[in-house]
Amino acid sequence: MGFLKSFFRELRYYPSAIVGTLIILALLSLAVYAVVAIPYHRAVFLWRGTSDVWYRNPKMVPPEWVNYFRSKKLPTTVDLDSRQQGLVQRNEKKLGKGKQIDLTYTFNYTADEFPPEVVLYFYPTYASKQPFVSGEWLTPDGRKIRLGNFSVTSGYSFHVGQDKDIARRLRRMLGVDIPPGLGLFVDPASLPKDTSQPVDQKALRPLKGRYTVHISAITFGPQDDIQAELLVYGGVHGIAGTDHLRRDLTVGLLWGAPVAMAFGLISALVIGLATMIIAAVGVWYGGVVDDLIQRITEINMVLPFLPILIMVGIFVSRSLWMIMLVTIALSIFGAGIKSYRAMFLQLRESPYIEAAQAYGAGDGRIIFLYLIPRILPMLIPGFISAIPSFVFLEASLAVLGIGDPVLPTWGKIIQDAQANAALYKGLYYWILEPSVLLMVTGLGFALLGFALDRIFNPRLRQE
Amino acid sequence: MSEQQVQEAAFSPAEAQDQPLLSVRHLKIWYELKRFGFLHAGYVKAVDDVTFDLPRGEAIAVVGESGCGKSSLMKAILGLVHPHDGQILFEGKDIWEGGNAAMREYRMKVGYVQQDPYGALPPFMTIRRILEEPLILAGIKDKEERMERVIRSLEEVKVTPPSDFLNKYPHMLSGGQQQRVVIARALIRNPKMLIADEPVSMLDASVRVEILKLLDEVQQERHLSVIYITHDLSTVRYFSKRIFVMYAGKLIEKASTYEILHNPKHPYSWALLNAISDPLAENATKLRDIPPGEPPSLITPPPGCRFHPRCQKAIQGLCEVEVPPHFSVAPNHDVACWLYREEAEA
Repeated sequence: MGFLKSFFRELRYYPSAIVGTLIILALLSLAVYAVVAIPYHRAVFLWRGTSDVWYRNPKMVPPEWVNYFRSKKLPTTVDLDSRQQGLVQRNEKKLGKGKQIDLTYTFNYTADEFPPEVVLYFYPTYASKQPFVSGEWLTPDGRKIRLGNFSVTSGYSFHVGQDKDIARRLRRMLGVDIPPGLGLFVDPASLPKDTSQPVDQKALRPLKGRYTVHISAITFGPQDDIQAELLVYGGVHGIAGTDHLRRDLTVGLLWGAPVAMAFGLISALVIGLATMIIAAVGVWYGGVVDDLIQRITEINMVLPFLPILIMVGIFVSRSLWMIMLVTIALSIFGAGIKSYRAMFLQLRESPYIEAAQAYGAGDGRIIFLYLIPRILPMLIPGFISAIPSFVFLEASLAVLGIGDPVLPTWGKIIQDAQANAALYKGLYYWILEPSVLLMVTGLGFALLGFALDRIFNPRLRQE
Repeated sequence: MSEQQVQEAAFSPAEAQDQPLLSVRHLKIWYELKRFGFLHAGYVKAVDDVTFDLPRGEAIAVVGESGCGKSSLMKAILGLVHPHDGQILFEGKDIWEGGNAAMREYRMKVGYVQQDPYGALPPFMTIRRILEEPLILAGIKDKEERMERVIRSLEEVKVTPPSDFLNKYPHMLSGGQQQRVVIARALIRNPKMLIADEPVSMLDASVRVEILKLLDEVQQERHLSVIYITHDLSTVRYFSKRIFVMYAGKLIEKASTYEILHNPKHPYSWALLNAISDPLAENATKLRDIPPGEPPSLITPPPGCRFHPRCQKAIQGLCEVEVPPHFSVAPNHDVACWLYREEAEA
């Protein structure tokens, strides 16, 4: 063990090892944080992304920090829910058997771009007759736009940005054809003077300032009530952005860390140790045992790895653990057996092994206490360098469509981005975020692995 | 098995003394050669029909040049190689009878000192761990007792103070210290027999004598039986009473050290003795009278006496036809050479 201590002491002299170790520690703490902050079942539930979980998030928008690099700022989401205290001004008065309920939503709009969507969600409770609602939009410069009259059922959502009636009213007011999502926010000064031409949407500017939305509802039963939520979706979200299912990518990226670490570490460790033990057993017993191990290895080495994995993914299970099991099973009898065997063959003849036999050490003792500890330190750099290759393997498999169906992983995020044409739509964050995390993981382990290799193989040291 | 043990226990001490500790009977170590991995293609006859006794408390030396089979003989005695034929009896019991348990018990009673002290010590273990291993295998569970014995054995081989060395690794020690640790390891279970395979040939000349003296002291104090294997006659006189000369897989002469050194009978022994280097100025210009040729192939050894193609005194029609038996030329002096057939008969 003093062996290990001295080499850890030597590690300090390699800056790459320090950087690599820091990266690995950061990733490990990220992984631990992810598992603690978002327990497994919660992560799976969030990533399944049923409609009521993520409806408050905008769809496919970049992270908030992109605003630091833009001259025209994107809006953040405005979420005003009358069920929450203090966000919405609410007035009630008796009206016949029911009530008249007035809800006033006010928000300050300061962004340079338009919001992608504006939606009103209604949460009425009624005995028999649906409440009747009318709405009004007030711009900062004092214009009033009627949103319409409608009776609402439970779970009714009113997509303000796409309503044809509002579009008609806006045309009457502004003199141009304009989608309501833009028309409700547009600064009239930015509209073209020549109204006969189609509107160039890129030239439009939103009007900054205080917007007010009035909702006036009439209920008909004594117990009836109504609540409503105004969502002016933003153009940015959170620290990682969102995907096509409005899921916050933070969840996926966070949970990708423990998944990648577990897959990489477990695969590399199990494969490395099992391969070494099998090679040692083969060399020590020799004869039929060795022959058998060598033949299995040779057959296994010509088996096509990827097609087998894809087959298992399609016919058996795409679970991460199943894929890991198959990966381990197919990799144990790999090229490693051959190179370890060469090392052990040399070691088997060494005098200290003969001495151990002469003083009565059994086969198991010789394999585990005399053969393996001798070459273990030489193989540690290999273990470390092998970890990212398994992380990448998991990501590649996910991109090929055999990712775990329930767990979020970095590879699956890339696959989602690819399936939704993220690059074509200019949603670079969607692909770059998981890719950068994968690259950083690879870099961390590679830096540490190379430094360890230099410590254990002094020939690689620069003079 | 148990009956046999009871019988042994019933032996009177006097009887036990008479019985040699180790008897080797017609031992043959043949390594099979294979063609295409499975076809039989003959044997390498590394040890061919070797018979000798090792009395209790006596040191013998097996001398011969490289490739004469002395290492195979040693490995067979240690139970590392299964003999092709013949028997190795330790305290009257064949070491290969009684399976693994008996073999383990036998190994408890045998110590082994190797040629290359650095190679003989696992480089990743501390000295303390190295010396503890045989004790762990002997079933000593008490850590303090093990520690005590480790320290005592280090003191015995004069690696002092032991506390300075316990946590060191073999590469931190000098060659002489390493060999002392190897000897300590061989002695830590209080064996009855010690097998030393060229224990000083890889050491500096300055440490050789010390190590040989240490072995001699240990042998005297503990009344150990020692088999000392070497190719160097000049180191033999330090402690062995008897010398066996080995050539091409056979023992050709068995005699006391004094006899061999002063009155060698076999032409090969004579040549071997003649080849001892003496640091004399006149030797620089003098050509020695050594037998021509090389040791024979052990796969197809020459018929008759294996030394006859190189022997200047070979008798035509006899030496190349019949294998010479051991002729007793003097008490405790046997030689396998036809030259002494009349002497022995007389």
